[in-house]
Amino acid sequence: MENLEKILATHSFFADLSPKHLETVAGCAKNVRFEPGEFIFKEGEAADQFYLIRYGQVSVDSHIPSRGDATIDMVHAGEVLGWSWLFPPYRWHFDAKAVTLTRAIALDGKCIRRKKDEDHELGYRLMSFFASIMQDMLQATRMRLVDMYSQPTNV
Amino acid sequence: MIAYSNPMMPHLCRINSRKKETHDTFTITLDVNDEEMSPVFRPGQFNMLYLYGVGEVPISISGHPQKTGKMVHTIRSCGTVTRGLARLKSGMPVGVRGPFGSSWPVTHAYGRDLLIVAGGIGLAPLRPAIYQALAHRKHFGKLILLYGARSPEDVLFYKELQTWQKRSDMTVYLTVDHAISDWDHHVGVVTNLIPRVNFDADDTVAMVCGPEIMMRYAIMALRNQEVPENHIYLSMERNMKCAIGLCGHCQLGPKFVCKDGPVFPYHRIAPYFNKREI
Repeated sequence: MENLEKILATHSFFADLSPKHLETVAGCAKNVRFEPGEFIFKEGEAADQFYLIRYGQVSVDSHIPSRGDATIDMVHAGEVLGWSWLFPPYRWHFDAKAVTLTRAIALDGKCIRRKKDEDHELGYRLMSFFASIMQDMLQATRMRLVDMYSQPTNV
Repeated sequence: MIAYSNPMMPHLCRINSRKKETHDTFTITLDVNDEEMSPVFRPGQFNMLYLYGVGEVPISISGHPQKTGKMVHTIRSCGTVTRGLARLKSGMPVGVRGPFGSSWPVTHAYGRDLLIVAGGIGLAPLRPAIYQALAHRKHFGKLILLYGARSPEDVLFYKELQTWQKRSDMTVYLTVDHAISDWDHHVGVVTNLIPRVNFDADDTVAMVCGPEIMMRYAIMALRNQEVPENHIYLSMERNMKCAIGLCGHCQLGPKFVCKDGPVFPYHRIAPYFNKREI
């Protein structure tokens, strides 16, 4: 467990957590590994974990019949995968698949939800982290909606 | 730089070769045999290409600045002139005026990290600067290229990007807005890559080229990383006609993009950048 705490502390996501909260979170954590092409989760399944990617690359996809898998996002080492575990109905909205060999820390969503409800300070810190990630994602999505690479069509 | 006596007179060049880059973008290589025309250019400069009987367009030079005798232009086919240029075959004539305008300050980045941010066809005007940087690689710290396009099919110079990616002395990140599952690079806008790469912000020169809205977000991301304003360079695009600062079509505040630009240090145009009224 001590080892996982150390690993969690080096991850930017948890770098600011107090030792007490790190210990609490580490109690819900385990190391996982995914081979290239392996699904980490699939759309519609129960969202009962989230992942801190330590190594590798994960694609977040949505399957479109007759077109294949549309990649919505790529998650890289140092980043967080998944937030559907945080809000009801706790179901994944997209697929996640390892593009390369991927090593991550998986955090048990049920366990974290219970602990954050028991310790509101921890809950506040976690929600702040995820709100920041969601803001980044929302802004990135809005920028993509702008279609910024389009050019004038008059020359 | 105006290389010959009458800058309004096009010089006849012939198409040596033509290469399709993407579904709407192509590269033409022109033979430069006219002795009055300079075969030399600086990275970031542009030529006015005249399709006889149709019209003239400003096109950045996308070839190697140290290879003389040829002029390489990468063009997106999006209007009457560029669609006409797309139909030309080897040996056919094109009128050329130039090279014009300011250039990427590659030597200003000597001793510093060089961060190149390109979007869409904006990679074409930056390619000569990349060639020059690679030719003088030992003079730089990190050499980083971030490139974004709409989709994998819109990625320009993909084979060359892959070659650069394999180099140990260069970092190349590619990203697209939309991808299908066999794409193994990034997904998202290119400006989101800026916080993900390691460079010494205080000691970095950033060269940015792409649609203006992309450059706007790139500047925000670079400033968030604390890259100094006077280390950020942009290539601006405006409706250039005369290319020598006379007609005023490309005026940007008190600047003429054709003569004072197209490459500007950001701090010089910051007051006029992103002004609706300009």
